[in-house]
Amino acid sequence: MTMDTTKAAKKRPFFLRRGPMENIATALIAIGFLMLFQPFALVLYTYSLVTLLAGTVMFIVVSKFPE
Amino acid sequence: MTARFRLSGRAVRADAPASRFLVMPVTDTDSSLLDKAAAKAVRATPAPLAFRVRGLSDRSIAWLFITPTIALLLAINIFPLIWAVYLSFTNFRANRPNAEIDGVGLTNYQRVLNDPDIWQAMQTTAHFVFWTILLQMLIGFALAYLIDRKFRGHAFWTTVILIPMMLSPAVVGNFWRFLYQPQIGLFNYIYSFFTGVPPSSFEMLGSVALSPWAIIIVDTWMWTPYVMLICLAGLRSIPDYIYEAAEVDRASAWRQFWSITVPMALPFIMLAVLFRAIENFKMFDMVVLLTGGGPGSTTEVASITLKREAFESWRTGRASAFMIILFVAVFGLANIYVKALNRVKQR
Repeated sequence: MTMDTTKAAKKRPFFLRRGPMENIATALIAIGFLMLFQPFALVLYTYSLVTLLAGTVMFIVVSKFPE
Repeated sequence: MTARFRLSGRAVRADAPASRFLVMPVTDTDSSLLDKAAAKAVRATPAPLAFRVRGLSDRSIAWLFITPTIALLLAINIFPLIWAVYLSFTNFRANRPNAEIDGVGLTNYQRVLNDPDIWQAMQTTAHFVFWTILLQMLIGFALAYLIDRKFRGHAFWTTVILIPMMLSPAVVGNFWRFLYQPQIGLFNYIYSFFTGVPPSSFEMLGSVALSPWAIIIVDTWMWTPYVMLICLAGLRSIPDYIYEAAEVDRASAWRQFWSITVPMALPFIMLAVLFRAIENFKMFDMVVLLTGGGPGSTTEVASITLKREAFESWRTGRASAFMIILFVAVFGLANIYVKALNRVKQR
């Protein structure tokens, strides 16, 4: 039973797996956050909201995926 | 005769299906009292209401009870948020409520995200949040560690340390303005006592270099006790037998600290960081009273810029866009932080 579940999880495409997608969303949020508050380049600040928003929406969606 | 038992305030028959709850026998006195109370409640309930409520499931009754709270939450929190999202796409000005509102698309967001002054305010906020949290965590944890040693008079010192937290930020702001006075302020005199620098030779609130640190010192002074309390709760939750086992294994005090104390208090420390970070991102009152965002705009944190956009320049649409950006940042960060916290708790 456990092996079947593991196989089914392995068959699931990468973009539908909760673990790695949550990690990507987390990385996007962290990058967006740093871009928003960094003192180095205005262009990074300009694109920070898009990055943050993409990460946050992605996090909300993928956190509903089964483990 | 069938015995009766009490379960969650209701009397049930003993031959009813076995319940997973603990059941307690009901005495005759209890039973008669309950019956009397129930009869009184039935008489007091208006007939139409009694008719409607009877027949509702437990779930429906639960919904009935929480509906007022949900309605209040929607009216006070959710509706203004949705309204602000709408306003961020318009040219609405709160000082001209009767003027025609036009949709401006993403213009407000473009302006906020290309404004060097707002970018500067974000950097000031980041500087403030980073240093206050770092200092509060270090000092707060150190104080909690000392108080946890349970020395003679530790309860008294806990109360003394907690005093700054009990004060209003408005009082603290005014109070520290006097302490920072270069002529009569105690802060300058204490600094002068230890370093030999003349007290009137520097001005904490008037200097571009020192004023960001002045607000950090005040916030750290005020909120370190709060962090100390949370850390103390974490340290007190560690059972003594773990340390006893470590002693038996001849683990050094240093090893015990890093392998037992820190990992077991980590969820509490992380919670303290989360609470303080959220609070300091919206820091407003204390900074306004201390420096008013000055000198120039060196201590103008994001919430002060936001207030000026909304209620001095009256650009409500742009202020709403700015607010949404801050909201997304804090919300996103809180999401990943809670995930990290859950991971730490599961260890």
